[in-house]
Amino acid sequence: MNITLNGEETKLAANATVTQLLEQLKLARERVAVEVNRDIVPKAAYDSHTLAEGDKVEIVHFVGGG
Amino acid sequence: MGQNNDKLVIAGREFTSRLMVGTGKYASFQQTAEALEASGAEIITVAVRRVNLDRSKESLLDYIDLKKYTLLPNTAGCYTAEDAIRTCRLAREAGMSDFVKLEVLGDEKTLFPDNEELLKAAKVLVGEGFTVLPYCSDDVILCKKLQDLGCAAVMPLGAPIGSGLGIRNPYNIKIILENVQVPVIVDAGVGSASDAAIAMELGCDGVLMNTAIAGAQDPVAMARAMKLAVEAGRLSYKAGRIPRKLYANASSPLEGLLA
Repeated sequence: MNITLNGEETKLAANATVTQLLEQLKLARERVAVEVNRDIVPKAAYDSHTLAEGDKVEIVHFVGGG
Repeated sequence: MGQNNDKLVIAGREFTSRLMVGTGKYASFQQTAEALEASGAEIITVAVRRVNLDRSKESLLDYIDLKKYTLLPNTAGCYTAEDAIRTCRLAREAGMSDFVKLEVLGDEKTLFPDNEELLKAAKVLVGEGFTVLPYCSDDVILCKKLQDLGCAAVMPLGAPIGSGLGIRNPYNIKIILENVQVPVIVDAGVGSASDAAIAMELGCDGVLMNTAIAGAQDPVAMARAMKLAVEAGRLSYKAGRIPRKLYANASSPLEGLLA
């Protein structure tokens, strides 16, 4: 299926969970925050929240800043 | 090193260092870590941005001992209350802190705050349990409103972000200090160690800076200079300076002069 990930169209296995997405991207869950369709997904729900066709996903982390 | 009985207290948490430092604009993560170490800062700001999915997975946080620092995520780049609120919620979910540096900008050239949007965002965020440290104009009316909304401190600018112009209106800062009860931390515009000392000598509770250190020719040396300046300024303030006088007042006695 296709989702929009950080503004880019991205292919993902159907019914992938947030955990699976992070694994695919090799991202550590402790360092990121995930938003799907403007709603934050709490870390406790990463294993259970499945993504759907057309979802707009934002994955953010901390970078240097003033 | 610092005075153990002169702690900076923000939202019930105690800090020894009154210098807060940003982590942006350094030449490398390694340099960032060295500068932070030299500064003695305990509170450091970070920005919240999309993970870059193409490049290396190296992160600033790989170079920083998170047990040593309190992270203060900022809402840099936000021009509306809605964006700032969204950013803060994401920052909290990234798991490190309830502390946020709330910035809602009004203008790209000056990066001055949009105070109306700032107040809107502060109200919502305080209501959601965030510890809000707002970057704001050096305006006592605004600072009192931010305090009354429940912000944990106020952070009036000394001059535009990154401008290095120093404390452009020390009288405004002094008025704020006399009329708010939460910590007052000058944030933005510091360029030199003497600027930082001036802020502390006015009676400020702390100083936050980024460009002054990261943009210096020798950032690690400047970080150390800033650490000393903030300590010196604080000691000077507490020691009670002499008054300014128009005419001289000799330091040596008149008695016993040779005739």
